[in-house]
Amino acid sequence: MITKKIYLYFPKSETEKPIVYQLVKDFDLIVNIFRAKVTPEEEGYLSLEVTGTQDNIDRAFAFLGGFDVVIHAGNKSVRWDEERCGQCGACVVHCPTQALSIVDRETRTIAFCEENCVECLACIAACPYGACSSAF
Amino acid sequence: MIKTYAEINKKIESGKAVVLTAEEVIDYVDKRGLEAAAKEVDVVTTATFGPMCSSGCFLNFGHSTPKMRISEAWINDVSAYCGIAAVDVYLGATQLRQNDPANMYHPGEFRYGGGHVIEDLVAGKKLQLFGLSYGTDDYPRREIRTLFDINDLNQAIMVNPRNCYQNYNVAVNASDKRIYTYLGILKARMRNMTYCSAGQLSPLLNDPLYETIGIGTSIWLAGARGMVYAQGTQHCSLVERGENDVPVEGSGTLALTGNMKEMLPEFVRGTSFKGYGVSLALGVGIPIPILNPEILRRTTVRDRDIIACAVDYSEDYPQKTGKVLARYNYEQLRSGEVELNGKKVPVTSLSSYNKALKICGLLKAEIEEGRFLLSEPSQRLPLNQGMKSLNITGPAR
Repeated sequence: MITKKIYLYFPKSETEKPIVYQLVKDFDLIVNIFRAKVTPEEEGYLSLEVTGTQDNIDRAFAFLGGFDVVIHAGNKSVRWDEERCGQCGACVVHCPTQALSIVDRETRTIAFCEENCVECLACIAACPYGACSSAF
Repeated sequence: MIKTYAEINKKIESGKAVVLTAEEVIDYVDKRGLEAAAKEVDVVTTATFGPMCSSGCFLNFGHSTPKMRISEAWINDVSAYCGIAAVDVYLGATQLRQNDPANMYHPGEFRYGGGHVIEDLVAGKKLQLFGLSYGTDDYPRREIRTLFDINDLNQAIMVNPRNCYQNYNVAVNASDKRIYTYLGILKARMRNMTYCSAGQLSPLLNDPLYETIGIGTSIWLAGARGMVYAQGTQHCSLVERGENDVPVEGSGTLALTGNMKEMLPEFVRGTSFKGYGVSLALGVGIPIPILNPEILRRTTVRDRDIIACAVDYSEDYPQKTGKVLARYNYEQLRSGEVELNGKKVPVTSLSSYNKALKICGLLKAEIEEGRFLLSEPSQRLPLNQGMKSLNITGPAR
């Protein structure tokens, strides 16, 4: 069993299709949705983690490829821009999962660990430098 | 006195000066002893990087044809002050963008403002100038709209009337709802604390009695060769100090200036404080000449020897009660957790120790390579100066 993070962009034409249902039913995937914003007649976004066999995940990706959906594999829809980061640490106390943390106490270096991010978006409000952003 | 500015500068010019950062000097003096180290060390570099709201810049646009006496101006929709000569404007870091809803929908986001315009200028981006005028015989043009970048300007001079606060409050929120401040988001019921100082790296904490940092001191302002041009606004040196003369509250400030055309974009950054407003984060480095052992001793100040006061920003700060909830040293604050009323409270900083450390290193390299000479201040900063409050007087209207 492997786990993959993906986030999907649905154009207006695809927002009424029950894609997640099919991921579970047809490909036997465990689906953990971080965030979703899918409204009929509007474009939508879905950020999730899928767990299953390599074979099933490959088949599921091929299935998704059959729709007019943009697949961002391996990425979360929250981004941390190292260049923009002011290295202050204001975010650290607001991040509930230590995805943003001080990785080197000597030099007080801040870094982002995507694995730990649950996309709560608290960092976006807390960061004065606009280093954290969301795809949706 | 064992060394003079001239002697130190001579060593710098010949590439032989011994320069240490404010962090390195602590262990160095521990190992070598104060007297021996004072003979060896020529300069200690100090630095800070954090939001400095009292920032802005004077820009000169040059004249269009026909000429115009700009009386109202907006740069990327951020209003700039024009009550000065024809094509000079002053842009302030905390100025909001035109039509920003501010805190109309609380808490406001304040995504772009004066600080961001200054960042974009230094980064060399194209910006839009929109200007209006009432028109005069000698300056007939009434309106202008054009794109420009920093290279098109005759001058772009940064001024920080209040910078390098010697020490600062630690903010906490004792109320039962979240508050939004210039020290960041403070969770209800004292669930987090924020401070804003580079501690043992900070310029005025390494020179607590302003023995070497004064009016005329050459500084590193975001990479440019700048200077201290005056005492900073709210400079208030007459405050409680520890045995090491280091103040336990705000205290001294510096007014700084420098040429924006020489600045590095990494150290000039617009900031947005949710629910509060926009500001500018700026990197400053100040060299301290080691003229005698006493000056060196003061640069060995450690985080654990510097005390700051925790203040409730939901009540005591806005209402000016003067109440202090607790005192901590910067070693405790930097550990990321302190105790308040028997509860553990997480602590974070708005000032970047990481960037300050980097600036200490950059300034050290410039001095070692003979590219940065020290200057003797022409005036000292006042040592026994208090601060006035604004009393509301006159008939009620």
